[in-house]
Amino acid sequence: MEEKIKELRVAIEQAGAAVTNEAELSEFWQKFLSKNGAVAGLTKSLRDVPKEDRPAMGKTINEFKTWAEAQYQALSAQVEKAALAARNAAETVDITLPSKTRTTGNLHPITLVKNEIVDVFSGMGFEIYEGPEIEDDDHNFTRLNVPKNHPARDMQDTFYVAEDIVLRTQTSGGQIRVMDMEKPPIKVLVPGRVFRSDSDATHSPMFHQMEGLVVDKGITLCDLQGMLDKFVQALFGPEVKTRLRPSYFPFTEPSVEVDVSCFECGGKGCSLCKHTGWIEVLGAGVVHHSVLENCGIDPKVYSGFAFGIGIERIAMLKYGINNIGLMFENDLRFLKQFED
Amino acid sequence: MKVPFSWLKQYVDIDVTAEELEKKLFDCGFEVEELIDLSAEIDKVVVGVVTECVPQEGTHLHICKVDCGEYGHDIQISTGAPNVYEGMHTPAALDGSTLPGGVKIKAKPLMGIESNGMLCSGEELGLNDDLYPGAEVYGLLDLPKDTVPGTPIQQVVGLDDYIFDIAVTSNRPDCQSVLGIAREVAAVLGKPLKMPAIDYTESDTTDPRLSITVEAPDLCPRYIGHYVHNITPGPSPRWMRRQLALCGLRSISNVVDITNYVMLEIGQPMHAFDMDTLESCQIIVRRAKDGEEITTLDGKEFKLTPNNLVICDGSKPVALAGVMGGLNSEIKDTTTQLLFESAKFARDNIRKTARGLGQNTDASSHYEKGISEYTTELGMARALHLIQELDCGEVTATHFDCSAGAPREGKKFTATISGINAILGITVPTEAVLEILRRLQFEVTLEADGDTMQVTAPRWREDIEIGEPDLAEEVIREYGYDHIKPTFLKAAQVTTGGLTTVQKARAKAKRAMCAQGFYEAETLAFYADADLDMLHIAADAPERNVIRILNPISSNLTIMRTLLAPSLLNVVVDNLKKGNNDGRIFELSNIYIPKQQPVTELPEERLHLGFAAWGDGEDFFAVKGAVEALGTAFGAEMTVERATDVAWLHPGIAAYILCNGEKVGVFGKLANDVTSELKLPKDSRSNQNIYLGEIDWPKFYDLVPKALHYTPIPELAPVQRDLALVAPEETECGTLMAEMQRACKQLTKVELFDIYRGEKLGAGKKSMAFSLYFQPGDKPFAPEEIDRFVKKILGNLKFKLGIEIRE
Repeated sequence: MEEKIKELRVAIEQAGAAVTNEAELSEFWQKFLSKNGAVAGLTKSLRDVPKEDRPAMGKTINEFKTWAEAQYQALSAQVEKAALAARNAAETVDITLPSKTRTTGNLHPITLVKNEIVDVFSGMGFEIYEGPEIEDDDHNFTRLNVPKNHPARDMQDTFYVAEDIVLRTQTSGGQIRVMDMEKPPIKVLVPGRVFRSDSDATHSPMFHQMEGLVVDKGITLCDLQGMLDKFVQALFGPEVKTRLRPSYFPFTEPSVEVDVSCFECGGKGCSLCKHTGWIEVLGAGVVHHSVLENCGIDPKVYSGFAFGIGIERIAMLKYGINNIGLMFENDLRFLKQFED
Repeated sequence: MKVPFSWLKQYVDIDVTAEELEKKLFDCGFEVEELIDLSAEIDKVVVGVVTECVPQEGTHLHICKVDCGEYGHDIQISTGAPNVYEGMHTPAALDGSTLPGGVKIKAKPLMGIESNGMLCSGEELGLNDDLYPGAEVYGLLDLPKDTVPGTPIQQVVGLDDYIFDIAVTSNRPDCQSVLGIAREVAAVLGKPLKMPAIDYTESDTTDPRLSITVEAPDLCPRYIGHYVHNITPGPSPRWMRRQLALCGLRSISNVVDITNYVMLEIGQPMHAFDMDTLESCQIIVRRAKDGEEITTLDGKEFKLTPNNLVICDGSKPVALAGVMGGLNSEIKDTTTQLLFESAKFARDNIRKTARGLGQNTDASSHYEKGISEYTTELGMARALHLIQELDCGEVTATHFDCSAGAPREGKKFTATISGINAILGITVPTEAVLEILRRLQFEVTLEADGDTMQVTAPRWREDIEIGEPDLAEEVIREYGYDHIKPTFLKAAQVTTGGLTTVQKARAKAKRAMCAQGFYEAETLAFYADADLDMLHIAADAPERNVIRILNPISSNLTIMRTLLAPSLLNVVVDNLKKGNNDGRIFELSNIYIPKQQPVTELPEERLHLGFAAWGDGEDFFAVKGAVEALGTAFGAEMTVERATDVAWLHPGIAAYILCNGEKVGVFGKLANDVTSELKLPKDSRSNQNIYLGEIDWPKFYDLVPKALHYTPIPELAPVQRDLALVAPEETECGTLMAEMQRACKQLTKVELFDIYRGEKLGAGKKSMAFSLYFQPGDKPFAPEEIDRFVKKILGNLKFKLGIEIRE
């Protein structure tokens, strides 16, 4: 009997070593561990063992059976692992093939800059107003202190659609519309399209401006600079400062041109700032008394300031775009660079 | 505005360098666009004295020994110039020198003879006879014998000078002259201004025949005339010729030069009429008669209208007022008596005339910017003074001054120091305010309260109009903007701000489009009729009712758009041409709808959301998915309805977009006949797979729910049943789905999962397989309940559409 067990152990070990797949494993089980298998045969042949030896032999056989089943379990785990490995290998993909997801689009750089400016001023308590793009002469010029025959009308090449109706040349007309509707305190930002009959590397017949207006009691030129400092710092970085210098706009007096210290070189001078350390970014000034009066606001009681920002100019500076035409060509290779 | 540094120095003792002055002018509001250093183009060219001059036999050359002072006393230079002589002082360009135009001079043999540089002509130094007498002589420039060898040539010929090219803002026409800039320079440097001499003595002569009448005082508020006789034409003095030349004008003759000189110096355009040509010695300033003609000094002929102002003699126009004199009254070498004109014309009228006739001159440019009456007086006085200074005529006692009656003094007003400081937000000391205003030639008296000032503005400052704000600007630009101390709305009230709900919704729509892979485009708001033609828009379609630009800059940009689709299609085509073979773009922009034709009131501006998708990866359903996603973003259901009547879309692959059942837009594949005409290479046209769409934004936005609202989630999961239906090929999926839902209210969702066509079904038939989801309420459905629903649905399909279940 002991001999028999020894032979079977060798047979199981040999058969086990040959098992590589599910079918062979099943065959192995049939042959050795099933009801009619060799291991069960051992139990049956226990009958032939002398009665006194039976308990000891029974224990031996049981131990052997446990061993054989463990053999089977191990083989089963091995086969399963191999099968998984094979499946994984078969399913393996070339991870460098192109991806299938559609990428999201993004906003136009003009919108990005516009949103950024709107965010800054919204936080300062500015409302956002959008006036008509086709505007009457009155709002675009006359009530902004640019009467007919005023030389300032020559500063802007105007598109006309009727004798007294123009494509607005500036968002400044929004000032008038807002002051007609609201009385101080006023803080408003007027973003929008404007049009001038001019076209070259730095001019497009259509571009975007953002007019800002503050009217309240006791507003000064110092407040203008203070607010613009906050604005340019939000846009160009905390180290940037503004510089005011005299200029002329018909609807402000005094009028200033606002430069920012060059955010590229920190004011040391580079090609961006044409080696001056400063970059012109916007025009501004104290609201002209006539403009306030034209809107029924008493300049003896109230004062204010206004500023006008060219959005394309800011976008060009911020993103290093050298030709305004690119903004309106909408080449996807351009548009795709403004993920934000 | 070009101003020579040397000329400015005649009126102000300038003790700073040109660069320092540039900075000071910049700070007070006069940006120097370019500071031109006249000496910069020349380097290492010095005065040389020819000490030895030997003709080289067989050539035209002379071999010279040249004394160039510290650069060498015995430099050998060969020259081919015929006028060289021993003892000549002449410009010597040394080895390694530079001449105007970037010409480099190196030591090299000339016809085999050693030459260590070049002796120069005036022309080679960029000079002409006006800048330096004798500069145009053929050959070497013969310098005076008192010039010192080795002296840089710029110092000798007057090229050690600068030209300030100054940007003058349009409110300061008084600075469109050398004197005007000099006033600012004097103020900013705190120096006195030395006025040009304007004194003259009239002779006893008069000419009683002469008369001047202004018939159009609205266009000519001031007209000063003065009769000068015994004219002796001749060249102008050297100083005048040089100054004219520095400003780019050639000298013509003393009398003509005086008029040009006064224009540059004072800013007053002057004109001189040959008295002998004036019919009946009359001057009449009037509107031109319709069709009246004039030939101007440059020989151009113009046909005039009553919108043009003319200066006439007794019978005919002799000058186009403010623009150019007439050829018929031109000053000639033979002129013996003349009438000087110094006038103020209405700037708008001159502008219209100059532009209308295409005749823009220095004079018209000055008038367009604006001339003060002060300048008109000053100009005449200066011209008469120069006549006497140049001794080229006799200033008679016949003087005319026709005026519309404007006051002859500066504007007077009351202002306060505190008012000025309130605008600025800082405290400028009273003395500083007074001192600055006086420096700018305001007359200021401070009253006893130490605050109130009585102010008279200078007569030439017609820009000063409203008192304190003007003065605040004058004060701060001289006091310095660096004194402004930034504050953050110290006194202002707190306000709420931010975007309105409507504005936020637009931002959200843009983000929703981006999420679907669309890139935002920004296109011009105008295009041309051809762009509507491109989309086959019918001649009587509403989109053809457009606003036309009266003065377009290009034939491509003549109408305000009524549809975004053409703009976006152009973007698609441009991208395809650049090899961007697929992409998605959108734009949320206005279209413009006129309220009447011709336009008399502001049109309706309506936001449209336009979108385009192109490339192999796109099909109708991909784009439909994007449209539905936009609806979902706003909590609205987007459905479609076949669109067969949109000219620019494929009649079989296009749909109206319905939001909650109402039509808000349209999209689909670009019509084949439109595609085949696109401006693309012929072979690539027909393969293009382009989808376009456009949504009326306010219409859509009005229909979407404005507030979020929670609906309780059902506790039981929906029950699914699948159904395959056999239907004729032309049956639309949407029809079946709608009919199924109509039949059973528990059917909350239907999804198509397969379409099959095959022989077994027979020709012209298709099988459509749907998953039906039934939503139970509080209690689960019994299986026979579901069977009943399905039966009802099938019954309805059969009854309404004749469609049956696939066996």
